[in-house]
Amino acid sequence: MIRLALRQFRTSAWTAAVGLVAVTAVVLATRAHLVDAAAAARRVCGSDPHCPALTSFVLDNTTSRTVFGLVVAVTPALIGAFWGAPLIAREFEAGTYRLVWTQSISRSRWLAVKLAVAGAATVVATALLSALVTWWAAPLDQAAATVYSTFDQRDIVPIGYALFAFAFGVTAGLVNRRMLPAMALTLAGLLAFRVIVAEWIRPLVVAPRVLSIPLDPDRTGYGSGGNVLLGIGPSKLEPEPPDIPNAWIQSVHVVDAAGKSLTDQVSRAICPALGQEGRGPTGPVPEAVRQQMHDCVVRIGERYHQVITYQPADRYWTFQWWELAMFTLATALLCGYASYRLRRFRG
Amino acid sequence: MILETEALTKRYRRRWALRDCTLAVPEGAIVGLVGPNGAGKTTLLQLVVGLLPPTAGAIRVLGGTPDAAMRSGRVGFVAQDAPTYADLTVADHLALGARLNPRRWDAAAAQDRVQRLGLPPRQRAGRLSGGQRAQLALTLALSKHPDLVVLDEPVASLDPLARRAFLDETVAGATATGTAVVLSTHLVADLAHTCTHVVVVVGGRIRLAAAISSLCATPAELEGVVLDELGQATDDRQPSQ
Repeated sequence: MIRLALRQFRTSAWTAAVGLVAVTAVVLATRAHLVDAAAAARRVCGSDPHCPALTSFVLDNTTSRTVFGLVVAVTPALIGAFWGAPLIAREFEAGTYRLVWTQSISRSRWLAVKLAVAGAATVVATALLSALVTWWAAPLDQAAATVYSTFDQRDIVPIGYALFAFAFGVTAGLVNRRMLPAMALTLAGLLAFRVIVAEWIRPLVVAPRVLSIPLDPDRTGYGSGGNVLLGIGPSKLEPEPPDIPNAWIQSVHVVDAAGKSLTDQVSRAICPALGQEGRGPTGPVPEAVRQQMHDCVVRIGERYHQVITYQPADRYWTFQWWELAMFTLATALLCGYASYRLRRFRG
Repeated sequence: MILETEALTKRYRRRWALRDCTLAVPEGAIVGLVGPNGAGKTTLLQLVVGLLPPTAGAIRVLGGTPDAAMRSGRVGFVAQDAPTYADLTVADHLALGARLNPRRWDAAAAQDRVQRLGLPPRQRAGRLSGGQRAQLALTLALSKHPDLVVLDEPVASLDPLARRAFLDETVAGATATGTAVVLSTHLVADLAHTCTHVVVVVGGRIRLAAAISSLCATPAELEGVVLDELGQATDDRQPSQ
């Protein structure tokens, strides 16, 4: 049975191998240049983390860094759609389930072997890819000092995403029995679960550290954020997050001594002129307006301070392991469900 | 009895595919299951090989559940359209048969049969003709030396000459080893010179189940009897529609 599963997986394995060889070639060809550039920037900057040479080193390589990140982010989706979804759906579409499920071997065992072979390949492929990209991007990641911004494209979490996508694809193919809908379902399922984990579950892993500091008149502005699709929020006082290297800033609130949030009414009462000038970032802010804002924040700062919640850099691996554990658990549940469903299969 | 069903019933969501089907197949019988398209033939055969669970009633294959019978490797099944893996070669399929039936697989017999039928071992199944594919699927089913062979429309994809040859060869093989065969067809003509028993299914109900020897003597008469049953069944159903 293992030999059959390997034989049927051969084409997929070759595809993955070719892809990995291609990525390896690009990584090997470009990394030396990256290391040299990073060393040059560090020679100029010494120990100053805000030095322009380091910043421009990161910015110069933004495109390739983003592309490599995308490759790691997209690979789990491809594995789910092209390895997971067809695993059982193809048997239904070609009618071969009637051949393979009427032999001496039980369906559970058939599925277990198929899952083991393709699952092992999934782990190996994504682990190699992620390791390659993590190694390639190390000089950039170090210079950028924002480890959490590339959290889902580095180290071990891509393995969890790929396993989940694979198991989701298998289950969708078993339930839906058609390959294309199963592939589409897989993409939707992966995206949905990743958003759920990132938005609601990941922040629960460890309670964030809390930092209370006074408002900085030079680093606080007024405006609104958001985007056209999800809507633009109301204008409010916006302190720039403090510069904690490699930290994941979860929230920044302006509150008074009792912990009550600053409302827009209060800020307008303190500074009547707030938000009256200017119509967006059309040019440099006039000095008078800057001074007015500065004075305003100083007045607000007499009663209000900012409270920042953040995750420090040294918790990066805690989050990595938790994320991997959550996706692996979901994978196990999906595999269990698929196996149960297959046993009680109703033509 | 090789195969027994009692009041076997299968319902898909709203539609009754099979109702109150009671049947007994003795050892060594060659049973022709005949009926119009959609009569429930495939449903009955899939219940026999455990691809479907019954809604009601009982079924015993080789004295046990269909699942146990399949696990024992004593039942060979060729599904409708003789499914095979298009990208696997003939040799791959034989390896597959061996791996999936480790206890009962006769590699020499399988090799022999493939050679005799002229199936090129390195050819992918997707590039075989319909008849060759049916033969490959049958080889997988027969090389376990099963006690019961279940064939769902095995000759549907064959031309008349190949059809005759396929049936003759299957019957000769089964008779030699005492294997029971249940095969479905919608062509009455297939029955007369191949089967020992005939079962007529119409609209999910068994209209006739009998040994051919007890019915009549000549193939032409058998055809008449079966067509009468089919016609009556259609007449019976008309008023209710």
